[in-house]
Amino acid sequence: MSLLRVEDLHTHFISRDLDNQIQVAKALNGVSFSLDAGRILGLVGETGAGKSLTATSIMGLLRPPARIMGGRALFQGQDLLAMPDDDLNALRGRDIALVVQSPKSSLDPLSRIGDQLIRIRRAHRGGTASEAREKAIATLGALGIPDPARRMQAWPHELSGGMAQRVLIALALMNEPRLLIADEPTTGLDVTVQAQILDLLRDLVRRTGIAAMIITHDLGVVAHYCDEMAVMYAGAIVESGPVRQVFRRPAHPYTVNLIGATPERLRLGATRTVGGPPPNLKALPPGCPYQDRCPQAGADCTMVPPDVPLGEGHVARCHRVAA
Amino acid sequence: MTAPILEVEGLVKHFDVSRHVKVHAVNGVSFSIREGETLGVVGESGSGKSTIGRSVIRLLSPTGGTIRFRGRDITNLPESACRPLRAEMQMVFQDPWSALNPRIRIGDLIAEPLKLHTRLSAAERRDRAEALAIRVRLTPELLTRFPAELSGGQLQRVCIARAIATSPKLIVLDEPTSSLDLSVRAGILELLAELKAETGAAMMFISHDLGTVKLISDRILVLYLGSVVEYAPTAQVFADAAHPYSQALMSAHLPADPDAVLKRHVLQGEIPSPINLPPGCHFASRCPVAVPRCRIETPRLDAVAGDAEHRAACLRIAEGANRIPALEDAHG
Repeated sequence: MSLLRVEDLHTHFISRDLDNQIQVAKALNGVSFSLDAGRILGLVGETGAGKSLTATSIMGLLRPPARIMGGRALFQGQDLLAMPDDDLNALRGRDIALVVQSPKSSLDPLSRIGDQLIRIRRAHRGGTASEAREKAIATLGALGIPDPARRMQAWPHELSGGMAQRVLIALALMNEPRLLIADEPTTGLDVTVQAQILDLLRDLVRRTGIAAMIITHDLGVVAHYCDEMAVMYAGAIVESGPVRQVFRRPAHPYTVNLIGATPERLRLGATRTVGGPPPNLKALPPGCPYQDRCPQAGADCTMVPPDVPLGEGHVARCHRVAA
Repeated sequence: MTAPILEVEGLVKHFDVSRHVKVHAVNGVSFSIREGETLGVVGESGSGKSTIGRSVIRLLSPTGGTIRFRGRDITNLPESACRPLRAEMQMVFQDPWSALNPRIRIGDLIAEPLKLHTRLSAAERRDRAEALAIRVRLTPELLTRFPAELSGGQLQRVCIARAIATSPKLIVLDEPTSSLDLSVRAGILELLAELKAETGAAMMFISHDLGTVKLISDRILVLYLGSVVEYAPTAQVFADAAHPYSQALMSAHLPADPDAVLKRHVLQGEIPSPINLPPGCHFASRCPVAVPRCRIETPRLDAVAGDAEHRAACLRIAEGANRIPALEDAHG
């Protein structure tokens, strides 16, 4: 059984415009994927594709006007979306941990690092302060933070970006979660620091057998640190599968375009059609969301495309793809 | 060999934070850009990339050193004399949303440099603006719109159209694609490559995205804490970097290809503060092959193995001890 199994997740933003007309932005349109223990899934896509929203929907962190319209998110067999708040609160921060994008604004500026680490441990696992303190020092040490006992006294504003990101990962790991969701964990960090953080995440998954989901727009991160990948476009996963398979034989026209736009594949001088602004989620066409930009679109693309299996877990949601 | 269009020698730029505290943003940087050449400038945050770019086109006044543009010393030119010069040297900024006046229509934004630098009539400027818009692949309908109605990629095209309006000899591009999505970024890079071939303008391409720099640059300047650590043709820096920092930087780059084999040299720690720079080599505190004398002597930017095109600033190169150890690539 998969550790996390998301089925047909729909999230909409429902609001009223200035004329008091109801506006519905269909931000997630049937997201399905699963993640096994010991694996790293890379969720990729461009701005507005719904990557972060997938994570916040699963974690029950949505605020109005966002609303889940349907679907299930099974974590160890339990549906997170149908769970009472108290049960979800007990689970979040303990079994499922989220590392968000901006480390500096996610730490409590008025608490020392050590106090924040101890607090999250005791809130979920109980125990004495000194036990939690030992655990905190050990976790910081395991994340390659020099002199962890002294670092416990530091204030968030004293930390560099890379160090703050490590502290955030430490917070996520304090309760030994089964699933770690990292939303753009290295965006904004320098490349040499990015390598340190990603190495750490991967070692953690390999060593402890937890599952991780990395949300990123950087295909380089996916190529080298993830086992599986899922490509999102306009709130749906258009292609997913083992990383090497998808890179070697991308099947969905959007994935082909995306991988072709990486500096490694791009051939300057060969003029080609390229992407435009993100799709308008308030006026998505019926059927395939990519049809108006797709070089291969035909009449049948106004019908909902099937998920075509391509072997070894590689799936593309497209009418043009032959199994 | 074509003559350099820009020659920078010993450029220094310090910012005063308070009476006794200075940020040493750029500390004696020398390089040149040849006619029609694209120079990639790479380095991590705080390495002085943007400060150099802004000093070169005199948006900042250097603390020391000389800047020569087409043979003319422009280091201490007063602002009034810099203005006409800017028809020949233009800049494109990272964030197109804040680079354009939100209350001016796209057509007028593109025509603005023509108004400042040419004697064209209003009608001629309008025609020229339309031609420029088409050149950067914007549909002419957009000319009557305001910046808020355009996407990031379209706005960056507007900025590029403005930059090429006066047919400059040098364009400084400061992270022009960093705020854009991958497929939009590809379109901008294609446009820049076309313009380069068409106009022969030299470009200074500042970026922390090594994949992009590799694609578009002829030569690369690698910066660390405001100093040049390596200066060489692009292929050489990527295949055979001499400076330990360049080796680590290049190896931290993740190509979007799972079959690419990574040479891993992971550095410990982070870039130190540019306020209190240590003596000697600024990289010594993080360098895996540093020896005590690296903390005393300042290395010079010397030719590597007698190749004048390939320069690096490291004392250990002469000893043949500049290679930093690679980690095992754990994932295969």
